[in-house]
Amino acid sequence: MYVTGTALRSAVAVGNLRAICEALVRGAYEIDVVDVRKQPELAEQDRVVATPTVLRLAPEPPRWVIGDLSDRRLAALALELADPEAPYERGA
Amino acid sequence: MSFPTEGVHQSPTGIGGFDEVALGGLPAGRPTLVTGTTGSGKTVFAVEFLARGISEFGEAGVFVDFEETPTGIRENMASFGFEIAAWEAEGRWAFVDASPDAREQVVVGAFDLGALVARIAQAVRTVDAKRVVLDSLATIFARFPDPGLVRFELARLVIALKELGVTAVITAERDQEYGSIAGFGVEQFVADNVVILRNVVERGNRRRTLEILKFRGVPHRIGEFSFAIVPGEGISLLPIALIAEREHASLERVSVGNAELDRMLGEGVHRDAVVFVSGPTGTGKTLLATTFAAAGASVGQRSLLLSFEESREQMLRGAQSWGFDLEAMEGAGLLRVLGTYPEEASLENHFVTLRKLIDEFKPERVAIDNLSALQRVSTPRGLRDFIVGIASYLRRSEISSMFTSTTATLLGPDSVTEAHVSTLTDVVILLRYVEVAAAVRRAVCVLKIRASAHDTRIHEFTIDGEGMHVGPVFDGMGGILSGSVSPWSIAAEPSSSSRAGQ
Repeated sequence: MYVTGTALRSAVAVGNLRAICEALVRGAYEIDVVDVRKQPELAEQDRVVATPTVLRLAPEPPRWVIGDLSDRRLAALALELADPEAPYERGA
Repeated sequence: MSFPTEGVHQSPTGIGGFDEVALGGLPAGRPTLVTGTTGSGKTVFAVEFLARGISEFGEAGVFVDFEETPTGIRENMASFGFEIAAWEAEGRWAFVDASPDAREQVVVGAFDLGALVARIAQAVRTVDAKRVVLDSLATIFARFPDPGLVRFELARLVIALKELGVTAVITAERDQEYGSIAGFGVEQFVADNVVILRNVVERGNRRRTLEILKFRGVPHRIGEFSFAIVPGEGISLLPIALIAEREHASLERVSVGNAELDRMLGEGVHRDAVVFVSGPTGTGKTLLATTFAAAGASVGQRSLLLSFEESREQMLRGAQSWGFDLEAMEGAGLLRVLGTYPEEASLENHFVTLRKLIDEFKPERVAIDNLSALQRVSTPRGLRDFIVGIASYLRRSEISSMFTSTTATLLGPDSVTEAHVSTLTDVVILLRYVEVAAAVRRAVCVLKIRASAHDTRIHEFTIDGEGMHVGPVFDGMGGILSGSVSPWSIAAEPSSSSRAGQ
């Protein structure tokens, strides 16, 4: 997840992502937080424009979601961690 | 936001003619908004701004592309001779690729453009850039759902650019040539410096113009200036603004090639004069232009004779009938005769071609026959810019020049070109048909000549196998310039000339 600095929005976004993962793929995820101010070359490599941006690298193919993921249900669907048909149960 | 009026430096762009219009260049260390409709030349302007910075001022640049990929920019701009890939390899040009891609991007919740700002700052540091381009803002608005949020984020980006101290060009789309500065309200956050590029059609003719709408705290010229986009070169503004900047006037006089006409002009014209010959068709304008060019070549001055009306062959044939062997003069390297048709290029491109020709051949004399033909491919304003541009260029180079133009009617004075142009020239020679006692005769008169005495009377003239012969004054008659002559009934009006003629 690409974030800018330690702004509140960064913390909120990381918290939301973690909650979604805990709820849906507990024990089977790893989150790498990249501060674009400290590692702009990584952002350049991945051509990231907006922060926060989640780049879901595994499983293939990669998925991109921009924003602080404040709507966790929608975020989970966008990251393809949830079955769109299944009711969302926890963490929301 | 306001800046102090002092202490704003300008950064020369190196874009042909722009720095003259901008009286120095873009406001240094600040962003300038360059807006225009699709195809108005924004990207060319932006790319050339960086390219000239590298090639002429040793300033590295960063190109942030929102629209096209770096590959597209490199390929599209190769035709201008900008070696972007080589500059990238040398660490003098860096792309920040923010172009849309095939990745599906879903937006969930609030976001900012922090990553973009960080990438730009990194690129600026890496190549030590003094210049940054953002091209073009419209695309980034299309990518994200909330224009208000994007506008806010771009405003922060602009502040970041100011903090980096770079001179920036930010392009933005507008949907109409005259109206709001740009779409999506971008002028709200880069409003200090605005340049507008236009691509307008007036009476069926396309014309590109550039206008500096404002430079906060920096003087600049106002109004729209014509420009061309020239392959191998880039943007080229017609230097209309330079007309007033005559560093020194030449006092040396040169012959127009006809002894009698020289006498009427007060022993020829100044060496840097712009002579304008106007008359209806068949009165001898091409003859005068040919004579003028040949006179230069015959005294060892390189001369250029350009026709927008006849082919080279027609020019040579006509000259032969008046006794000039132009091909021999060309053989001696003293003359160049060119025939081109107005429709072959846009007016701006004609200007650039002519300027190149002058730079290469370095003539001391230039005769252009006939400006009226250019009306077919031009607007009145465009033609005026062209003539002023050429005239000022020739004058600055101290090249003697003669332009001809056709009056619309056989008898009488009216001519659009004449009305617009005669104020810009030093010497106006009017050729007219006059009807005298049921016969048509030719009249010549010198209307004005800066800073020298001349014969203000109207003379008759004839044309034969040896050229033009100026005869006696049309004495005792009035209304010659209007085309219909009547004898003066009252002798109250004194002769306007104090000189003894014949």
